[in-house]
Amino acid sequence: MTTKDQVEHEEGVTRRNFLYVATGAVGAVGAASVVWPLVDQMNPSADVLALASVEVDLTAIPEGQTLKILWRGKPIFIRHRTAAEIKTAVADNGATDLIDPEDDQARAERPEWLIMVGVCTHLGCVPLDQRGDFNAWFCPCHGSHYDISGRIRKGPAPRNLEVPKYAFLNDTTVKIG
Amino acid sequence: MGSSNYQPTNKAVKWFEDRLPILGLMHSTLGAGYLAPRNLNYWWNFGSLAGFMLVVQIITGVILVMHYTPHVDMAFRAVEHIMRDVNYGWLIRYTHSNGASMFFVVVYIHILRGMYFGSYKSPREVLWFLGLVIYLLMMATGFMGYVLPWGQMSFWGATVITNLFGAFDFYEGMGESILHLLWGGFAVDNPTLQRFFSLHYLLPFVIVGVVILHIWALHLPGSNNPLGIDAKGPGDKIPFHPYYTAKDLFGLSFFIVILAIFIFYMPNIMGHPDNYIEANPMVTPPHIVPEWYYLPFYTILKAVPDKLFGVIAMFASILIFFVLPWLDGSKVRSAKFRPTTAFFFWLFLINTLYLGYLGTKLPDEIMIDMAGGIDALTMGRISSIFYFAYFIVIVPLVSRMESTKPVPISIAQSVLDANKKG
Ligand code: HEM
Ligand code: FES
Repeated sequence: MTTKDQVEHEEGVTRRNFLYVATGAVGAVGAASVVWPLVDQMNPSADVLALASVEVDLTAIPEGQTLKILWRGKPIFIRHRTAAEIKTAVADNGATDLIDPEDDQARAERPEWLIMVGVCTHLGCVPLDQRGDFNAWFCPCHGSHYDISGRIRKGPAPRNLEVPKYAFLNDTTVKIG
Repeated sequence: MGSSNYQPTNKAVKWFEDRLPILGLMHSTLGAGYLAPRNLNYWWNFGSLAGFMLVVQIITGVILVMHYTPHVDMAFRAVEHIMRDVNYGWLIRYTHSNGASMFFVVVYIHILRGMYFGSYKSPREVLWFLGLVIYLLMMATGFMGYVLPWGQMSFWGATVITNLFGAFDFYEGMGESILHLLWGGFAVDNPTLQRFFSLHYLLPFVIVGVVILHIWALHLPGSNNPLGIDAKGPGDKIPFHPYYTAKDLFGLSFFIVILAIFIFYMPNIMGHPDNYIEANPMVTPPHIVPEWYYLPFYTILKAVPDKLFGVIAMFASILIFFVLPWLDGSKVRSAKFRPTTAFFFWLFLINTLYLGYLGTKLPDEIMIDMAGGIDALTMGRISSIFYFAYFIVIVPLVSRMESTKPVPISIAQSVLDANKKG
């Protein structure tokens, strides 16, 4: 007497094979859906994301000086550039040692105000003001030199200093974020 | 580990043993039931010293947590509170911070012992792997522990090390997503401190688990020994207890003296003074250095001009230890009988120490005052190349080409010969 199992076996792919795979697949999807919350909880939480923008009064920053403020746990540099600095920055648009070529005009909406995240794109240190080969920003951690437009010119950093999203509310106030 | 010839005489003990044979397990792993080669020297003391340090770290750590608060507004003050207000808090914290350093000293010697005497070779490869896993877990634990006091070095060390993972930037925004996931924010901040605290508490217990596997894997083939030959007959072995328990305890007493000298006379010598300044995300210290035990790898990172390849080289410099059993093709284990291997081993050690020394230097510091001055970056590159050449070129070639010295027939014979010579 042949059992049902044997009959199925002889037919090749069976109902049982199908059920195995289907059960396994549902189990895998179920496991993955449980793992996702366990991973995603590591991402920035709602209150961290809600850290809104900051407004900065620009009248307090004299020409040739940089203001540093904290935004989302990171320093922001707001430099009031001199006419000479702007000239150097634009003239260097075509420099051959630009690692991440970008025009100065694309980095500063108003040329006298250069606004950047003050975090070295190498490994995250805060670059120092008016130092280095370009007398602009120099990162002491592993020696990255940035120019007066915040562009990486020499050293291990791969990218220019990041320009955050910002908007001028009027001539003396800028909103960052 | 298996069952042993353990025969309790006490009735109550026997009753218990019949229901849970854990005493027999202890007997056959650390007691008289474990037969070890009779010629083990003091380099074989460092495994038990590492075990001792793990226990010290767990005990002091659990106590520290009773007085510590993992929050950016309170962590720095909590550590000062431990130092100034808690009874013997200074002792417990200094034991934990110096204990971490001494734990690494012990483990480094333990690893180098394995390299010199060929303990990683067949049949002990898995034992070697488990040791490396312990070492990797220790690096992660030490790194996250160093963040907890929330000083300037804590914060900037955490920033630089977590940023390494941003190098894996294979599509637009990938690096950044990884970093936000690691930080729980847009920079190292309170969520980062809290998760590091959680993991710093957890990982030591994971290490305990891997240590158990490590000892299990050790007891199948048994310990290697300075001659690197298999222990065969009963004449080659002696019971672990009382012979090696006594020897290990004797070594331990010396080790504790050294640990105590650090704790009581120079508790901050391994630390960095900047870590007594509270973390400030606006100002990077002029010169950030990691803890000494990461320095050689930090130099390798700095030696590579490209961010991604620097990170890859740094991880590779540690992971390459996993393939050592196959890079080394020699039939003889111990470097005692492999003079060329021994020579390059010492060269490797000196070079690695030098890499560590370079890790404390700024890239443009002049190291050698000739040819217009050779800076730390250049020396770091040369040393890094030698580091990898040792594994990829020197070990594979030397181990296969070197003519080895005659190896003794047995451990017993070699001990007898040595005794005859006096
Ligand atoms: C593998 C074992 C361990 C290692 C290598 C290790 C390493 C470290 C290091 C390097 C520090 C920084 C010390 C300083 O600069 O002050 C630290 C701090 C700390 N560790 Fe551990 N640790 C270990 C186990 C543990 C365990 C098991 C716990 C808790 C159950 C713990 C709790 C703490 C706490 C609360 C601090 C912050 C207080 C302080 O900075 O002194 N540790 N650890
Ligand atoms: S973090 Fe700036 S150069 Fe490395």
